[in-house]
Amino acid sequence: MKRFVPLVVLAALLALPYSTLRIPGVFEGGLNTPGTLQMLAICLVFGGLALGYDLLFGRAGLLSFGHALYIAAGAYGTDILISHFGWSLWASVAFVVPAVALLAALLGAVALRTTGIAFSMVTLAFAQVGWIVVNRDPGGLTGGEEGLPLDSAGLPSALVGVANTANLYWLALAFLLVVVVVVHGIDRAPLGRVLTGLRDDERRVSVLGLSTYGLKLGTFVLAGTLAGLGGSVHALIVGGASPHLASADLTLSLIVMAVLGGAGTRWGAVVGGIAYAYLDQRLTQVGGGLPGPLSQPLFVLGSLFVLAVYFAPGGLTGVLRRRERPA
Amino acid sequence: MSTVILLFLTGLGLAALYFLIASGLSLVFGLAGVLNFAHGLFLSVGAYATWWAAPRWGLALAVVFGIAAGAATGALVEVVLIRPLYRRHTEQVLVTVGLSLAGVALLQSVWGADPRTYPRPSWASSVTSIGSAQVPVDRFLLIGTAVAVLLALLAFLHKTRYGLIIRAGVENRDMVSALGIDVRRAFTLVFTIGGALAGTAGVLGGFYFGSVSPGQGASLLIFAFIVVVIGGLGSVTGSAVAAVVVGLLQQFVNYYGAAGAGDVSVVVLLALVLLLRPSGLARTAATV
Repeated sequence: MKRFVPLVVLAALLALPYSTLRIPGVFEGGLNTPGTLQMLAICLVFGGLALGYDLLFGRAGLLSFGHALYIAAGAYGTDILISHFGWSLWASVAFVVPAVALLAALLGAVALRTTGIAFSMVTLAFAQVGWIVVNRDPGGLTGGEEGLPLDSAGLPSALVGVANTANLYWLALAFLLVVVVVVHGIDRAPLGRVLTGLRDDERRVSVLGLSTYGLKLGTFVLAGTLAGLGGSVHALIVGGASPHLASADLTLSLIVMAVLGGAGTRWGAVVGGIAYAYLDQRLTQVGGGLPGPLSQPLFVLGSLFVLAVYFAPGGLTGVLRRRERPA
Repeated sequence: MSTVILLFLTGLGLAALYFLIASGLSLVFGLAGVLNFAHGLFLSVGAYATWWAAPRWGLALAVVFGIAAGAATGALVEVVLIRPLYRRHTEQVLVTVGLSLAGVALLQSVWGADPRTYPRPSWASSVTSIGSAQVPVDRFLLIGTAVAVLLALLAFLHKTRYGLIIRAGVENRDMVSALGIDVRRAFTLVFTIGGALAGTAGVLGGFYFGSVSPGQGASLLIFAFIVVVIGGLGSVTGSAVAAVVVGLLQQFVNYYGAAGAGDVSVVVLLALVLLLRPSGLARTAATV
């Protein structure tokens, strides 16, 4: 019976743009209004991005602080090719995603020569270069601090305009679905068990005769590729790329998402990503009315996160599971 | 020539800031194994405490207050947040990550996101001429403070009993515990020292940049992390050498190269050091 829960949720999510249901307090307008759909689309994209990150962090135990680089590369790459060079959407995505994979392969090959905290530091430093480059606006390509709005001339007409927000929503859902299929496919395959082994005891995996470096690099590249794809989708949904995508804060919030939801679990990172993105946007909307520090979404989310590390180590999904099966 | 002198002294001033942040980070990591993302918060707390107190109590007292606030924040974080997670390193990193996000947002909600003009002593904003170069005096204040802190730290680590425990703990924590010494007291101590040094860096950073903003700590922190890794985790001398190398490289390449090239060259240096000597310049932590 429980096996069908994800399918039921998926069907509900697919049908959601047809519903005119109003949930006061949770969303500003009805479910099918463009504002709500865009908000939900961003939540779904972050669900996918968080699960992609969790492939590194929760599954393979690689604490990368530079995941934002690949998301930003996907978003800015697609945006620049469409807006500055007039490529079509599909051509730019088909070019950018493999390019991001190559970038992840090159940088990962260097970073993975270190382990533990040094690895975290190197990935952080690489991502910082991306952040600097994006902000310096080389050759007027990235738009600097202002970001780069997406030129809608190169987009298929079904993805342009407020009336077509539902299509963007389905696009975001499709991205989440791709990430879920890939990551859960790996979980089920022997590779998933090897990754868990890497996380728990790397030496033991190498004693079994497996190349830990190659496995880690492959995982790093795959996670980077998913991040690049997610960046492209994000650029489409919000209509451009902004420097925030390249910031260290974005990677930190991915970590928060994975841990809040339950790192390394089947649905934890997805739930965490959706919940975080929802709270982040919703608290920004209602923030002005709240007193003092509560008006800052990051204060609320950061404090929640610290509390979760102490009191709910398994994250949201861990709490649900414990309630289901009382020990 | 005057440009070179100015760049050299400005680079050293920046290096002084990096060193003040990195030495605390390095000791905390070397001893307690905690990668402290909240270190930037200690810096911001110190900076804002001084900024808040200066118009009320005068600058000299305000500086002391800022440093004390940094130290108190460091001690409080260790006792309340880090200690319950003893030996669970990933959770400790996560807590400091959450703390840095929430803390910066808290500062922002109280004093706003925009930079505030920083008070500084009138003599520190004057310039002096060295050779043909006009050099702002605050550079010497930064360099002098960093050198004094380096000497004091080395004296503390090598001449006192607590310094001995910290050095031994960095090298082999389990052995120190086995000898019946409570290493966790030393943890609180290094967090307090790190907080005080970060608070000092916050105040001096305020003098150096002329303003303070909630995100200032976080942006300095990333370069301080690079300094710590290049210098070798747990080594104060390594941090000092790496800070000078990174500060000078960044200043000179930023001036003579394209915009932002200096920051990029620092990362390239980090990658090279890690590939050639994965444990950093100091190689072993024993050379505290």
